[in-house]
Amino acid sequence: MSLFDHKLKDLHELLHKKEVSVSDLVNESYKRIEEVEGKVQAFITLDEEHARAKAKQLDEKLGSSEEKGLLFGMPIGIKDNIVTKNLRTTCASKILENFDPIYDATVMNKLNDAETITIGKLNMDEFAMGGSTETSYFHKTYNPWNLETVPGGSSGGSAAAVAAGEVPFSLGSDTGGSIRQPAAYCGVVGLKPTYGRVSRFGLVAFASSLDQIGPITRNVEDNAYLLQAISGLDPHDSTSANIAVPNFAQSLTGDVKGLKIAVPKEYLGEGVKESVRNSVLEALKVLEKLGATWEEVSLPHSKYGVAAYYLLASSEASSNLARFDGIRYGYRAKDADNLIDLYKKTRSEGFGDEVKRRIMLGTFALSSGYYDAYYKKAQQTRTLIKKDFEDVFEKYDVIIGPTAPTPAFKIGELIDDPLTMYANDILTIPVNLAGLPGISVPCGFDNGLPLGLQIIGKHFDEATIYRVAHTFEQATDFHKQKPQL
Amino acid sequence: MSRISKDQVKHVAHLARLAFSEEETEKFTTNLDAIIGFAEQLNELDTENVPPTSHVLDMKNIMREDVPTKGLPREEVLKNAPDHQDGMVRVPSILE
Repeated sequence: MSLFDHKLKDLHELLHKKEVSVSDLVNESYKRIEEVEGKVQAFITLDEEHARAKAKQLDEKLGSSEEKGLLFGMPIGIKDNIVTKNLRTTCASKILENFDPIYDATVMNKLNDAETITIGKLNMDEFAMGGSTETSYFHKTYNPWNLETVPGGSSGGSAAAVAAGEVPFSLGSDTGGSIRQPAAYCGVVGLKPTYGRVSRFGLVAFASSLDQIGPITRNVEDNAYLLQAISGLDPHDSTSANIAVPNFAQSLTGDVKGLKIAVPKEYLGEGVKESVRNSVLEALKVLEKLGATWEEVSLPHSKYGVAAYYLLASSEASSNLARFDGIRYGYRAKDADNLIDLYKKTRSEGFGDEVKRRIMLGTFALSSGYYDAYYKKAQQTRTLIKKDFEDVFEKYDVIIGPTAPTPAFKIGELIDDPLTMYANDILTIPVNLAGLPGISVPCGFDNGLPLGLQIIGKHFDEATIYRVAHTFEQATDFHKQKPQL
Repeated sequence: MSRISKDQVKHVAHLARLAFSEEETEKFTTNLDAIIGFAEQLNELDTENVPPTSHVLDMKNIMREDVPTKGLPREEVLKNAPDHQDGMVRVPSILE
């Protein structure tokens, strides 16, 4: 049994009773990493020396009578697009291979205040562009449940490390499904908060109107505690929302009596594998038995989500990634004749193919003569998709469907087929376009590969999502199963 | 009929400050053509009088007091610069 089989509250209790030290927790992480990282390859950078030193410091504090927060001494892994002061942050790109941030992201400041311990930085698709963690410049990450399949992406390292027991908690980021889809593929719990719930300051920008940082954990309760710690208004991010952060853990009442669930027919239709559809229908039966009711609804513009998303996200990315010029930080190409040549060589040598593809698409969609036909059209489609959700939420409390249309696919299966890879995000993308919160919780298996149940809530109503997810989790035992590595 | 020509790809690459070999230009032309073709399904939608959404939350013009604060120390700013000299970032000559 691993220490990380305990939930956060129990680990805190063990620390409090001095049955376990902070160093024990950090040891547990690095011991497990030593055992399985060769197979899983979830990390880009480990911060072992610093983590062990900090553990010692915190162990000294452990003796004092000072009140310790729930996250005190807890090991955590951080996706490598969240800047960490003096700890290399690469976005899994050659262009940031040696980038050493001079400041901490707001979420890191909050975690440091809570005295967590950063174990290392986690692998991802380059600049979070991808759904399989195969576009990382450094290496692939392997799904702990089946090493021949992808862990999902772009937060593939964040989900795989938690599933493999290397860390009990991690942070990921979600622009079109990048927390929920890898959480589903790896059999863990991942939440994308409402846009604006968590500060994006220090999250290397991909698509600024869609990106959100969120927690990946082994169970719903831990997830709620971690979200609590990183949420809130931030003067450094003017898109962070000035809305009170409720006590999420208090919402975990285990009661879903009278809950009204909407199930979009588009989420169980064509392209969704039968095993996935069945697992969702079974999950609905579980919730029904506990007093919830569900009805089929329609989100008629869902099928346009993928096209609108790729135009909008790529347009925003083409603008955000203009900063990588080889001048102030990052990789710089050698032997450039002049400044324009320096930009072109640096960017062509520094970015991988998928990033270039999106920059090209975005630059095209924003270019003179095409703006109205592509960029503006996609923004109008976004309005229609948002309206679909608003209509449904007038009558229902949550929307439920699968997180992804299939379980994890084979490594290499889709990498040369961008359109099929993009279509795989069809059930997660609309949630980002509408800015809603969504969670993925384990709800079944297909040939030993985990499946995820997606629960979508109203703006800033993560509390209800957590309540439903937790109730479902407590009534089932999918989350208790662990991959054999 | 292809929607995107190789010349267009070269033009967009220049705008994006990317340089491609002939072979890469071919590949990106094929890729972009397929993606743009896929995106054209949006033309099925009647979006007349539909306002565009650029941001999902109902907020605008977030203002703050203009309070001067200290800038970053020079060493910090230059820490990640690939080439610098005498406290300044070095770039290739921009004037003939």
